[in-house]
Amino acid sequence: MKPSFLSLFNRAGAWVLLMFLVLPALIAIPVSLTPKRFLSMPKGEFSLRHFEKLFTSENWLSSFGQSAVIASSTSFLATALGTLCAIGLWRISSKYSEVVRAFLLLPLIIPQIISAMAFYRLWIPMGLLDSYSGLIIAHTILAAPMVLITVSASLANFDPKLEQASRNLGASNWTTMRRVILPSVRPGVMAGALFAFILSWDEIVVTLFISKFKVYTLPRRMWNGIRENTDPTVAAAAVVLIAITIIAFVVSALISRRRTQPDHT
Amino acid sequence: MQKLRNHISPGWWLVAPFLVLVVCLYLGPLMNILWLSVSDPEPGLGNYANLFESETLPRIIWTTVRICIITTLLSVSLGYCLAYAMVHAYRKEQNMMLTFLLVSFWISILVRTFSWLMLLGRKGLVNEWLDAIGIISEPIAFMRNELGVLIGMVHYMVPYAVLPLLVNMQTLDQRVMSASRNLGATGAQTFFRIYLPMTKPGIVASVLLVFILSLGFYVTPAVLGGGKVLMVAEYISVQLLITLKWGIAAMLAALMLFGVLVMLWVMNRFMKLSTVFGGATS
Repeated sequence: MKPSFLSLFNRAGAWVLLMFLVLPALIAIPVSLTPKRFLSMPKGEFSLRHFEKLFTSENWLSSFGQSAVIASSTSFLATALGTLCAIGLWRISSKYSEVVRAFLLLPLIIPQIISAMAFYRLWIPMGLLDSYSGLIIAHTILAAPMVLITVSASLANFDPKLEQASRNLGASNWTTMRRVILPSVRPGVMAGALFAFILSWDEIVVTLFISKFKVYTLPRRMWNGIRENTDPTVAAAAVVLIAITIIAFVVSALISRRRTQPDHT
Repeated sequence: MQKLRNHISPGWWLVAPFLVLVVCLYLGPLMNILWLSVSDPEPGLGNYANLFESETLPRIIWTTVRICIITTLLSVSLGYCLAYAMVHAYRKEQNMMLTFLLVSFWISILVRTFSWLMLLGRKGLVNEWLDAIGIISEPIAFMRNELGVLIGMVHYMVPYAVLPLLVNMQTLDQRVMSASRNLGATGAQTFFRIYLPMTKPGIVASVLLVFILSLGFYVTPAVLGGGKVLMVAEYISVQLLITLKWGIAAMLAALMLFGVLVMLWVMNRFMKLSTVFGGATS
């Protein structure tokens, strides 16, 4: 079939739309290079002073550090819990397990403002407000469903006969898990870990409620910067975040490429 | 004991840690919120009666629903065109389009909101450019009104709208369309009578997903609405953090939760949630 005029038009429209999706975010790059003290577009003159401020400011650096600690811990915990859960549900595969699966995916889709409220209410009596553990637990509950999805997707391609073979050859449950199942779902586990990290690294709504002074993550500091709307350091931070997103994206693309190509080693 | 063990699959031991965590630290406090909605400040349905008695609440709910409906219509229509173009593009172009889509999907919401703040302000770039090419004499008010909120929200929701549509369109059997053309249907007839009905599961999933996500959306409306466009999520946060009225906030949260669960239940009949999100992680 020859492409009609309409479908050519639609294709051009699709590219325009994609540009609309990606390009606006890039405005942070020129704004971050302004030599002025306030948020503005640079006019002919560029300066890296706001990046310098970003990387020498104690506040920003501590926020970067805190976010990194919280996101790594979240990613680790969510990956462990999500992977175990996915393997468990896969082995059970009954109508109950599907109900449980649907239930466990809820934290991902229930509006974050409601989750924030729930955590806030419980964290007050538990003394977890404004603490690392409080944020890590909350983020883990929100992020583990993502791992559950990616690992389950990997398991869908895994042949259950391999597990049976391993058991028939005398391997224990634990050995089968470690030497047979885990290696074959590794791409899903890695992707899940990455997404859990990003989710926590970027999470603002729950964080706004359950952190105050002691824990001040990067999104929290950016949120403040955006609301005050004066200091161009926010723009520099935004550029760093865009760079990190793109790096994470390349890494995940490499992982999934390895997943689709046969392993030669 | 042994007998019980034989009945319960050992897989549950692996599910248990996360299940216990979610039940104790997530489901528990959620139930607590539902309870608060009928018990704070006093037992009874007083908070729900507020829905009919106060003037602000119906207005806020109507604003929220209206913005969500417009956002959903725009995002899904744009998403449909995009998904259609992606499915029908050549392999290489398709991969490039997917890369762009996913990059925008993963860019931080704060970064995107910040960018719109820079672009849409009174002295923002869009107004500056429009002024420079002489289309406008007065700056257009993009921010602190619904227009700004809509731009920000549609920008955020389009990738979410595309993913379920893409999953759905990729599974369609192209031979059906060819058969329709061979039997003498025009391109338009084939599209409206064959293609569109076959993509119904994708459309339903996409509509519900975007609507659910818009309903509880906090960041963009709060920043681009600039306090002028008050939606339910922001109102809840004000009630909790400033006026400390847990009852009203809990009531709104309960309504929202109920709405979301009903929509999820409907969505589940057309497309599984894990399939919808699976697209984002591939």
